[in-house]
Amino acid sequence: MSQVIKVGISDLNVARSPDALVTFALGSCVGICLYDRARKIAGLSHIMLPSSTMNRDPKQAYRFADTAIVILVQKMVAAGADKRRLTAKIAGGAKMFASVSDSSLSNIGMRNVMAVKETLLKLGIPIIAEDTGKDFGRTVYFYAEDGKMQVKSAKMGEWTL
Amino acid sequence: MALNTYDDLNDIHIDVLREIGNIGSGNAASALASMLARQVSISVPIVRILDYEQVVEELGGPEQMIVGLLLSLEGDVKGMIMFLLHQNFANMTLSALMGADVPEDAEMDEMAYSAIQEVANIMAASFVNAISEMTGLTINITVPSMCVDMLGAILSVPAIHYANISDKIVFIQDEFSSQDLHAPNHVLLIPDVESLGKIMTNLGIEL
Repeated sequence: MSQVIKVGISDLNVARSPDALVTFALGSCVGICLYDRARKIAGLSHIMLPSSTMNRDPKQAYRFADTAIVILVQKMVAAGADKRRLTAKIAGGAKMFASVSDSSLSNIGMRNVMAVKETLLKLGIPIIAEDTGKDFGRTVYFYAEDGKMQVKSAKMGEWTL
Repeated sequence: MALNTYDDLNDIHIDVLREIGNIGSGNAASALASMLARQVSISVPIVRILDYEQVVEELGGPEQMIVGLLLSLEGDVKGMIMFLLHQNFANMTLSALMGADVPEDAEMDEMAYSAIQEVANIMAASFVNAISEMTGLTINITVPSMCVDMLGAILSVPAIHYANISDKIVFIQDEFSSQDLHAPNHVLLIPDVESLGKIMTNLGIEL
């Protein structure tokens, strides 16, 4: 029987085929799905904020795009994945409240997406699918069996990338 | 002692916040009653200091659909206030305003959407005015922004904004009743810590 492993906010985890990973209700947060197709090893990280420069507390490293993705890659490599084979699919980074005046707040989703892309670029991991921005929440399922990312939204239905 | 984080709040502070929640919700309920031209009663609010994950569990999990209304606080008190309304609160309000029964699972059209936004706007203003009057502090609120979506996604907005300050929020839970309708209502009060200190000091509470 395959299992679905939950990934909370500011959390990450690794799964092997036939298991899957899920993270619920991404708003401005971003879900990063990494995959080694040959080994069928999948990783999912749910980040809240772009950068750890304001907060060096190692206990909170899973919270930030720049630190969490690096840790996820290490864990996947430790589980047998080859870093050079990893590909990424990302989702989230929405702007949930349209007219909030505070600019830092209204742009946080976009800044999260930018930080995720920057970190993936530095690590040399290509992004092969993306569903980011807009104004709705997303639940993301990521299947280790085939590397498919399934996005479910309350308003817009669901689709697979 | 100074207030540096939400963890520094003692029992007396929590009592003060409970009282603020009480008075704020009372004000909001009477504003609602006059808008709906109906009697609206309100249960004694339960006030707790919780972290975000607990709030999510408390309200039915991350994928629970909810109506979220977010306002920024400016002036002497800075921070945010967020109203989380269940769909049946929205329906109760709409049926009273528009004089027709709204089915439980009705999709909100644009008209309904702006009606709810306006009602919540007035409730929020009365809530904040109550705090302002009690403390003598000037608090301005921005025009609210409304979103109907998954609870987890909605809560991520204040959670992210305050992530570097605190994982805790003041969670006020009460229930509005009008005729035979009951609707739970939740208010998240998220002043920054400095503002929390100001509120306490102005009420003559030792920090």
